[in-house]
Amino acid sequence: MLISRGFKGKRRDAPADRVPPGQYVTDDFPVLSAGPTPHAPLEEWTFTIEGGAEPVSWTWDEFQALPGETITSDIHCVTKWSKLDTTWEGVAVDTLLEAVDHDAAYAVAFCDGGYTTNLPLEDLVDGKAWVAYGYDGEELDPEHGGPARLLVPHLYFWKSAKWVRGLVLRDDDEPGFWESNGYHLRGDPWLEQRYWGD
Amino acid sequence: MIGIAELRLDGNAVGGLLGELFGVDLTAMPCTCEGCGAREQMACLDVYVGAGIVVRCCHCDAVMVRIVQGRGRTWLDLRGVASLELEE
Amino acid sequence: MRTLELDAPGWTDHRAGQHLDVRLTAEDGYQAQRSYSIASAPGDGIALTVERLEDGEVSPYLVDEVREGDQVEVRGPVGGYFVWDGDEPEPVLLVAGGSGVVPLMAMARQRARVGSETPMRLVYSSRTWDDVVFRDELETLGVDVVHTLTREQPPGWTGYSRRIDAELLADVAWPASESPRVYVCGSTRFVDAAADGLLALGYDAGWIRTERFGATG
Repeated sequence: MLISRGFKGKRRDAPADRVPPGQYVTDDFPVLSAGPTPHAPLEEWTFTIEGGAEPVSWTWDEFQALPGETITSDIHCVTKWSKLDTTWEGVAVDTLLEAVDHDAAYAVAFCDGGYTTNLPLEDLVDGKAWVAYGYDGEELDPEHGGPARLLVPHLYFWKSAKWVRGLVLRDDDEPGFWESNGYHLRGDPWLEQRYWGD
Repeated sequence: MIGIAELRLDGNAVGGLLGELFGVDLTAMPCTCEGCGAREQMACLDVYVGAGIVVRCCHCDAVMVRIVQGRGRTWLDLRGVASLELEE
Repeated sequence: MRTLELDAPGWTDHRAGQHLDVRLTAEDGYQAQRSYSIASAPGDGIALTVERLEDGEVSPYLVDEVREGDQVEVRGPVGGYFVWDGDEPEPVLLVAGGSGVVPLMAMARQRARVGSETPMRLVYSSRTWDDVVFRDELETLGVDVVHTLTREQPPGWTGYSRRIDAELLADVAWPASESPRVYVCGSTRFVDAAADGLLALGYDAGWIRTERFGATG
């Protein structure tokens, strides 16, 4: 491997216990996308959970009326950047799942634009996941997934699906957009689960 | 802040990567979209950089190619390419 | 902007319009990769003219830090679509947005190098006169150059002072009846606007070749 003298990039130092293996800390918030930014009008926006006894759906207004939280968390992208102490506003997935009668073990998040990502239910409950509509004290920007995105900060950030519109609850683990083409089914940054076979 | 339009590149941006994999420069090679049947040179297709790279049809936005690289491997999903024409 | 001249053992010549992928590895193994268009004509070695982006990760290193003898990894030359060899018969229209002028400069240099008489016109959009690169050389290559300065113009400026649009292109582009060969390069926003403007002039989409630069540096 050829080292380029003096090249450092824009990393900054951070305490080792905050930075998963192979990650570098940035102050930026890089915008990464698998496709064009969708623009769902809020009057037509819904969040739906399917796969339980019956589908449950919220309109934007109904969603906003749910109890919201402020979350502060580090986020880790599989492309190797980490951003510390990011703040979000959103509704806990626990709150949403309270409305659903189910015994599913897995979920697939689906989004405007067709993106999907799969997760074990375990990674969505007990205060580990939210549907976020605010970032850094403001409305979530469309480029960062607004009006709402999934937020699952303990897993690599491709799991925090932008422009999320709902969850399909399942008995089995169905690989999503990236998981079906090389990225790890679960994606725990602390175990460096980036790719198939990790 | 990077504007929305700037996130979209074109097939020129994956020319080096795909050229290394295929052993031939693909940027001028026609690809046919599985979704809508449009036939365009690779350089004309839309390219997005997310967790991996996504090449989309410039007419219908369908996903044509997905590329993930890591641990010395490249995963190449070409399901959205009905046909890739390679010139001799 | 800074021009770097690279020596690459085993390099086979490039074509005007092609680019290189450049990869940098830091001492701790961190890597970054970017693509840069080759500014030099084929046969004139490898010159990369790099724009320093304030928030960039790679361009500040290439512009501020790199010294003679330093090494980078390159892959290429890349590109079989956005190329001009000099034996194509049609008149050429080059449309450049900022650093998008780099691959088009290689084409202008190629034309001079092979002694081509093919009419070639460059429409070049920059923010200010200080941002215009290859300023003096462009006057010597036998290429018509039309500048537009979008943010600030020097005193006495009589040229265009707005972003490229259909009206500006109607003034300066070859008529559609000439079936010109067009190369547009710049940011996605620039390229899309220029291409739309040319289509509005009756240009055939098949005449227009585009290369979009990302905003990350």
